[in-house]
Amino acid sequence: MDIQKIRSQFPILEEKIHGKPLVYFDNGATTQKPLSVINRIENYYTKENANIHRGVHTLSQEATTAYENARNTIQTYIGAQHNHEIIFTKGTTDGINLVANSFGELLKPGDEIIISAMEHHSNIVPWQMLCERKGCKLRIIPMNAKGELELEVFERLLSERTKLVAVTHISNSLGTVNDVEQIIKKSHAVGAKVLIDGAQSIQHIKVDVQALDCDFYVFSGHKLFGPTGIGVLYGKEALLNNMPPYQGGGDMIKEVTLTKTTYNDLPHKFEAGTPNIAGGIGLGTAFEFLNSLNMDDVVAHEQELLNYATQALTKIEGIQFYGEAANKTSVISFLIEGLHPYDVGTLLDKMGIAVRTGHHCTQPVMDQFKIPGTIRASFAIYNTKEEVDIFIKALERIIPILKN
Amino acid sequence: MTIQEKEQEIIDEFAIYDDWMDKYEYIIELGKDLPLIKEQLKTDDRLIKGCQSQVWLNAECENNKMKFTADSDAIITKGIIALLIRVVNDESPADVAKSEFKFISEIGLQEHLSPTRSNGLVSMVKEMKLNALKAAK
Ligand SMILES: Cc1ncc(COP(=O)(O)O)c(C=O)c1O
Repeated sequence: MDIQKIRSQFPILEEKIHGKPLVYFDNGATTQKPLSVINRIENYYTKENANIHRGVHTLSQEATTAYENARNTIQTYIGAQHNHEIIFTKGTTDGINLVANSFGELLKPGDEIIISAMEHHSNIVPWQMLCERKGCKLRIIPMNAKGELELEVFERLLSERTKLVAVTHISNSLGTVNDVEQIIKKSHAVGAKVLIDGAQSIQHIKVDVQALDCDFYVFSGHKLFGPTGIGVLYGKEALLNNMPPYQGGGDMIKEVTLTKTTYNDLPHKFEAGTPNIAGGIGLGTAFEFLNSLNMDDVVAHEQELLNYATQALTKIEGIQFYGEAANKTSVISFLIEGLHPYDVGTLLDKMGIAVRTGHHCTQPVMDQFKIPGTIRASFAIYNTKEEVDIFIKALERIIPILKN
Repeated sequence: MTIQEKEQEIIDEFAIYDDWMDKYEYIIELGKDLPLIKEQLKTDDRLIKGCQSQVWLNAECENNKMKFTADSDAIITKGIIALLIRVVNDESPADVAKSEFKFISEIGLQEHLSPTRSNGLVSMVKEMKLNALKAAK
């Protein structure tokens, strides 16, 4: 795989920050966009813009086709059985809230929902709100010191009261890849449904929702080289059909009278109002970009970066890593003794290097490690060893300044 | 010196740095001169919790002059506090309440006073002014 060729598809990587070449290591927050996605959106607004599912005129028909083609591309890529199992959302957060409100509507007092100790706030708060609303109980799968879920404890939490298990596929703050196959199997054995938060997955590993047999899978377009404001909720057809609509409005109805409405079929039942058309189409193009890569090569390249950077960082005095799971993606969360992440992040920025500092929307993870936050470098396919070298050199320059 | 004169003095001091790292080394040095808040005053009601860094601030008024002491867990934040306090310490509450700390953007540090930065500094500036307003009554 030719990384330089891949890099050349991402115009932003040519940018300079404070006069220094950009080293972008904040891919966990959002990834950069290839030219194909940028051009696709530009072309849509310059030549194709119209509202979809509503018009008989040519532009409307073509926009509808482009939007629905994007749905098909995504369906094929993630291995969903039907294209109407792909519900367009605003992103991961929106998808989780949809399930919490709609599937959640079917829950009863005393029902239990299981999440894990390493969830993003987006996969905690909607469930807390649901429990509050419905009198359900939230249970937590604990995490060990390496940042791995304790699956023996999970098995003990499962019971016939468990109605939903919502866990992240890959941790955004620690990089841990969870054994979701096991979690799904064990959950199904007690009749519970499973939602997988895939916000950090599809850009790093191959995902097949039918092979996983998950009931729901949610992700954000902007983290997998697509636009912001668009994402996907995958759900099994039968489940989605049984769930009440989330939001009411145009597009999600079959017939409306002033007293009674019948709802549209999937996926439209869950897509009220004019959607993010350009976003959906752009997301389809992002999946075509993913299709152009060999995922095995992506994994190999990112693992190499992870190992290379981890080894180099290990030599830094006083470094402490957070997240040392046996199976992890290219995320490195760390602290350097005596240095505050804010100071390190600020100075790295002045050297053109973008990392994330803070709690990464996973405060419970930080609480468990008894730290306020970490410095997080998260790599994507277009990052290189040379960039890691620049990062390490920058740290070596910064540390004495901050320690003096 | 008036607040304006002190601000100009800082702008002149920073004019000699054209390299970001040198500038930040200087800010970190300045942090060491910050009038530190006494340890026993580091109570929750004097703590301003940002997502990225935290700030403690104590304000007093003696003979119509504001006296601020502060601290932060991050040393760059601390350096910027030192600049802010240097400008307004020993000034009248009325003048402190009016000050807008425009010099911060002139020396290229406005990003640290952005609400999205969440380092506690925006709230700290607000607290400084509120305390000055109270003292001015
Ligand atoms: C694991 C995980 N879940 C959920 C989210 C929320 O995604 P979004 O903000 O795109 O809705 C993120 C993004 O930060 C994430 O990393």
